[in-house]
Amino acid sequence: MKRAIVIAAALVFGGLLINAIVDLPSSPVDLRIAVADNMANSGVSHPVTAVLLNFRGYDTLLEIAVLLLALIGLMAAGPMLPPPPNQPADALLQKLARIATPPVIVVGGYLLWAGAFRPGGAFQAGAVLAAAMVLLHLSGLLSAWNAQLLPLARRVILVGGFVLFLCISVALLAAGSLLQYPPHQAGLLILLIESGLTLSLAAILAGLFLFLSRDNGGAP
Amino acid sequence: MSSELLFAVVGALIFTLGVAGTVLVANLLRRILAFNLMGSGAFLVLVGLAQRGGESDPVPHAMVLTGIVVAVAATALALALLRKQHEMKDSEEELTEIDDG
Amino acid sequence: MVEPVTFVVWLIVLPLAWAVAAFVTGERIGAWLGVVGSAIQTFLVVWMVATWDVAVPVIHRVGGWGAPLGIDLAVDGLALAMLLLTQVVSLPLTIYARSYFSEDASKSRHFWPLAGFLIAGLNALFVSADVFNIYVTLEIVGLSAVSLVAIGGGRAQISAALRYLFATLIGSGAYLLGVALIYGAFGSVSLATLIPLVGSNPPQAFALAGLLMLFGLMLKTALFPFHYWLPPAHGGAAAPVSALLSALVVKASFYLTLRLWTELFASIADDIAWIPALLGAGAILWGSWRAIQAIRIKMLIAYSTVAQLGYLFLVFPLLPGQDAIRATVMQACAHGAAKAAMFAAAGVLIKATGQDTMAGLAGMTGRLPLTLFAFGLAGMTLMGLPPSSGFLAKWQLIEAGMARDLWIIPVVALAGGLLTAVYIFRILSFAFLLSPSSVKIATVPRVQEWTAFALAAGSVLLGLRGVELMALLPGQVP
Repeated sequence: MKRAIVIAAALVFGGLLINAIVDLPSSPVDLRIAVADNMANSGVSHPVTAVLLNFRGYDTLLEIAVLLLALIGLMAAGPMLPPPPNQPADALLQKLARIATPPVIVVGGYLLWAGAFRPGGAFQAGAVLAAAMVLLHLSGLLSAWNAQLLPLARRVILVGGFVLFLCISVALLAAGSLLQYPPHQAGLLILLIESGLTLSLAAILAGLFLFLSRDNGGAP
Repeated sequence: MSSELLFAVVGALIFTLGVAGTVLVANLLRRILAFNLMGSGAFLVLVGLAQRGGESDPVPHAMVLTGIVVAVAATALALALLRKQHEMKDSEEELTEIDDG
Repeated sequence: MVEPVTFVVWLIVLPLAWAVAAFVTGERIGAWLGVVGSAIQTFLVVWMVATWDVAVPVIHRVGGWGAPLGIDLAVDGLALAMLLLTQVVSLPLTIYARSYFSEDASKSRHFWPLAGFLIAGLNALFVSADVFNIYVTLEIVGLSAVSLVAIGGGRAQISAALRYLFATLIGSGAYLLGVALIYGAFGSVSLATLIPLVGSNPPQAFALAGLLMLFGLMLKTALFPFHYWLPPAHGGAAAPVSALLSALVVKASFYLTLRLWTELFASIADDIAWIPALLGAGAILWGSWRAIQAIRIKMLIAYSTVAQLGYLFLVFPLLPGQDAIRATVMQACAHGAAKAAMFAAAGVLIKATGQDTMAGLAGMTGRLPLTLFAFGLAGMTLMGLPPSSGFLAKWQLIEAGMARDLWIIPVVALAGGLLTAVYIFRILSFAFLLSPSSVKIATVPRVQEWTAFALAAGSVLLGLRGVELMALLPGQVP
């Protein structure tokens, strides 16, 4: 009964939604023009990066805060069960992971650098590096992280990118507004922010996995 | 119907599917997937509607990238809580929620 | 450089800074950072209030671009009142929490960073003038609130946190689709750009967006019957967390509902204004009824929150009248201070007696007079007795209802006041009337008692300074 009601309601809602979408006239504001007009002052040549790190950089700053706080929330939920007994890691898998890691780091670096003029940037780079860490963990070369005993260095890496971003944003307040880049230094500052973010995002994204992992991958 | 509008319509369908899933699916892991469907549907509507002119608009692209990161964060937190709840369920037989006084 | 205009930026940056610093330095230093940071934020917001000029709106263009390309932060009287409430309530709560968590490093280690993110998210939400940016701030607030509930990882906390997370995610999902439709319809997410574009005959997608966003926000505000997630979360969390959540977090989504209702969706809102009012009336009756039946102290306070949130929505048929906005802002502030006091006092009582039941309160008046006095004062505000701010709020509400011949509003408000009195006197009767039990009670640091008392006294004294608070809002001050 409940099922039938929910499905009927969903059908009505979906119908209304599609009808509203199809009927929609073209929008009166076109931000493509505004973006194109201001690209020269944005410090980068890829429009999505310009929006992400400059025009709407404040969204991105807050979004890193969301990621960071989700990681802390995950740690706050308390210790998970202890890992099961060690399993001997597969030698071939370890070998492959060792071979794969250096090129993955190079790809991450390329993505970071490419973000200025084509699709790429800190998130993509950070995600690739995090994937490498997960790979190393799964092949037994990197142990899981303990949320209750987090060394200072690791805490600093986790928050470093966000702190750098926050500090630059606040320093630019001197120019009048939060995150108001001087046009001729915008490119450099954005690259600096993205470099810091790449490392921290890699650590945060990997942490989301490594804090939860019950598999210590055969590492001591 | 232009192909951009098609994206938006498919997004609307995916969103609706996700909403129905959050209500109907009892398994909490699948419910987390339903939330992700809702999010993906909304992202498709956002990007699809914005590029009706044919040329893509970078502003919704950036907003969707932000939204995806937020969704990743929420999903990770949900999974961690679910995992923790599951472990505690394992150690004690039945989970009783505190509903009221 | 440091002008009141940039204070709004500092109100967001400071808590973010102490949140990450507390994460790096650990609980001991983190607690001090939280207290000192909150004190500076309070100072900044008081300065803003002191130099406030209704005629000069404060706008900060982040990145210097200006809307619609960039994101604007805007402070009007309504936002400033909420900023004031947030800082003034969170400062005593940080002092309380430092003492409350002092024996339990594993909990406070995560409390301080999460509390910092929560306060930053609240401040950012109040001043954001961009519906997509508001989505991000909503997620900061929602996810940090959920994480705070989960702190410590007890079975009840995790289960309540999950339920809360599911509710808040449905809410933000609906809100996000609304944003997508609005961008599709108008090509902008800036409130200042959107409001003049809406006109009298907006497309159907806009109305749908309005319904989605307002529904999502009401779910996040726990408006009856979407309140199902609130009692376990607020009743199950640690006392300082319950206080932050009940006093501030639900007010944030309410504030957005009010703002979007009166500004962006004014053209579609009039016809459906009876719905939130009806649900609000349902919340007052149902929440009070469940509070009267409660056995556990914190569950009683949590259901009382469900009921008190109902008052906030009762005014919706009277919007956008300034008297109605004033009444609801006063209610939000009164409830914020009183409920923070009540959860803080409950935390002291539970620590002292070692149990979260009313029966455990037997004879506590002699043992913890200050805390029970604080509880009573906060109860006075919730009941709406003069001279408390709760009285002022209900008075304005009744006056606004009668001015438009909507008699049902005063009737519900008065009935709610009576029901509130029943559950407040019920809990106090356990403490006053039952003979003292011989059970030994634990000593609780005095600072916890005093901060609870300060919040409760504040909720009463605000009633005497209500005119100053109301002067922040536009329109004639009565």
